[in-house]
Amino acid sequence: MADRYRDGVPVVDLRGAVALLGNFPALAGVDLTVEPGEIVLVRGPNGAGKTTLLRLCAGLVRPEAGSVEVLGHDLVHERRSVRRRVALLGHATGLYDDLTVVQNVHFWARAAGLSAEEATDRVGVAMVRLGVAERLFGQPVHTLSAGQRRRASLATLVVRRPELWLLDEPHAGLDQAGRDVVDVLIGDAVASGATVLVSSHELDRVAVLGPRVVTIAGGVVVDDTGRGDGGGSRG
Amino acid sequence: MAELRRFLGDAWLVAARDLRIEARSRVVVDQVVPFALLVLVLFGLALDADHRTLRTFAPGLFWVAVLLSALLAVHRSASVDQSDGTLDALRMSGLPPSSLFLGKAAAVFVQLVLLEAVLVGGLLVLYGVEVVDPVLLVVAGLLAGVAVAAAGTLYGALASGLGVRETLLPILLLPVLAPVLIGATRAFDDALGAAAVDGWAWTGLLAVAALVVTVVGALAHGVLIED
Amino acid sequence: MAGRDERRDTTGSRGSRLLGCAALVGLAALGVLAFVLTGPDVRIHPTTGEEFGQLDAVRMLYLHVPMAVLMYVSYLLCAVASVGVLVKRTPWWDVMAHSAAEVGTVLCGLVLVTGSIWGRPVWNTWWEWGDVRLMTTLVLFLLFAGYLALRRTTADPRRQARRAAVVALVAVLDIPLVNRSVAWWENRTLHQQSTLEELKIEDLTLFTLMFGFLAFGLVVCWLILQRFRVGWLEQAAIDHGIEAAIAERRGETSPAELDAAVGGRDGPAGEASP
Repeated sequence: MADRYRDGVPVVDLRGAVALLGNFPALAGVDLTVEPGEIVLVRGPNGAGKTTLLRLCAGLVRPEAGSVEVLGHDLVHERRSVRRRVALLGHATGLYDDLTVVQNVHFWARAAGLSAEEATDRVGVAMVRLGVAERLFGQPVHTLSAGQRRRASLATLVVRRPELWLLDEPHAGLDQAGRDVVDVLIGDAVASGATVLVSSHELDRVAVLGPRVVTIAGGVVVDDTGRGDGGGSRG
Repeated sequence: MAELRRFLGDAWLVAARDLRIEARSRVVVDQVVPFALLVLVLFGLALDADHRTLRTFAPGLFWVAVLLSALLAVHRSASVDQSDGTLDALRMSGLPPSSLFLGKAAAVFVQLVLLEAVLVGGLLVLYGVEVVDPVLLVVAGLLAGVAVAAAGTLYGALASGLGVRETLLPILLLPVLAPVLIGATRAFDDALGAAAVDGWAWTGLLAVAALVVTVVGALAHGVLIED
Repeated sequence: MAGRDERRDTTGSRGSRLLGCAALVGLAALGVLAFVLTGPDVRIHPTTGEEFGQLDAVRMLYLHVPMAVLMYVSYLLCAVASVGVLVKRTPWWDVMAHSAAEVGTVLCGLVLVTGSIWGRPVWNTWWEWGDVRLMTTLVLFLLFAGYLALRRTTADPRRQARRAAVVALVAVLDIPLVNRSVAWWENRTLHQQSTLEELKIEDLTLFTLMFGFLAFGLVVCWLILQRFRVGWLEQAAIDHGIEAAIAERRGETSPAELDAAVGGRDGPAGEASP
């Protein structure tokens, strides 16, 4: 799965990337290169641009300046092509409250391009793996707790088997069991050869996997353990 | 051919989703359809009219009621995709925007046809109309439904994400539907025997409008849901 | 326009002032021609020998007709610019589309007003539902009123530009449908055909009409030019603001905050981020 793109091509390659939220430059010139199979922890103060960075890599935010290449796709000119190969987990659940858990996961699997058979195969497996209780499968999402919703949300992403995972504060708002599930997910992703970018304040949990740590502040990378001390671009 | 099947399959996926959501939440059935009937009643009260007058005006009143109700139905359809990050998830899924448009418009169309059927019943009971040409009635009703559903889905997406959708959608959508209002009313004039016009010619106009709006909507939807 | 001095504090320039003066002179001359020099439309009925015709109301046409034509030209310009917005995506097309739409809508409003004034003595009412052109113009006005309302909502400028472009194009595509439906609708009523063809358009009347096109043409050019420049300056101010914001953002983090943010990476639990 990790060999679906050419060898030697970084999964994420940002040079001087600038991204705007309205007229505000959330990212003011980011340099970042991530190789296949890496786990990268993105940290920084609130408002530093972590969420925007992840959304930029997902192709949801248009680069204002600089060069942005993800999985070999040039996102400055074509943002849509990369999206099916990437999974973005944000603060929202991306679930339809009125539909059941199974209906949701199934819909998102089909929407991502899976055939009906593939979807059926993968949906059950994903939900079990992520610990969604079976009695909840047929329940409307709005009856679920926040933790269960997060698991269902993750299930919708797991079935797609993405090559790049972008996780925006995945542990936030979850209890111990919920956080363990996220760790399981990250472990599975790593084992399958996918690349993971995690933005989190929970350094200790993610540090166990020995990731590289990239620190962002003021819209630029101010520190990057993967590039030696004081790497990255600072004004 | 396989591409067309894929395209229709994707549209069907979206339409089924929207209709399933409606089946569970029952917003159109519980709220929009009663609203439409309420509009008919309001007209009856306001015009203080007898059956003869109401029969003359029935087609026009019917379509005004449909248009106003369509605003609600379209608004509801658009808000499904605004909830809790589902629009981002839709963009990330790689679903072609034109399939998304077609699926949503199809779901709104089904809801509108249901609404129209109930309203025709309302006309029969409250206004005492008689259906002279049922085939014309059905065809015109369906074509107008397509036009309204497609235009509504287009503008529903357009007015989304601005926080003022409730007030912006009507002033964008209704002027564009002026020809549909005129055409559908004239077709119904013929079908209900309220006036001597060529209803089928007007139905032809409705067909053209429906086609144009659907094509434009499918092409424009990609632009409209992107950031 | 593009690339000129950004610190200009007025949208005037030698060229545009010249144009403006010419437009004013032209309007004044048109006024004289339309209201003083030409005569009212008076005709003798062939059999009864009575006088009939539009009398003084015809003077409205010298304003109404040029404005109507230029209104269509403006809206067409808006449509073309909207295509440019969707295809080219540079701000120039968006500012042009907005300017053309605004000027076009002003003209549209004036067309409705002058048309109504003209129609009053002829139809004996301020508004005639049966007139095809008046009805089409009304719907056109409503369509672009919606466009302008959309433009005033606060949104990401690029996104708004594209949405507005779609609205403009759908509006323009809708016009033939509106025209057809209203025209067919009118055949049902016993309404007289446009009286424009009945007028004796010759000599001074013809000249005044042509002159009207010229005078209003100059006015519209001037208006669109000025409106475009205002929009362009707004755009330049925004761009300038963004560049400043980027520079500010890059220098945002103080050394102390930086140490706090970076320093925690060696610790087991990480320091609390500011």
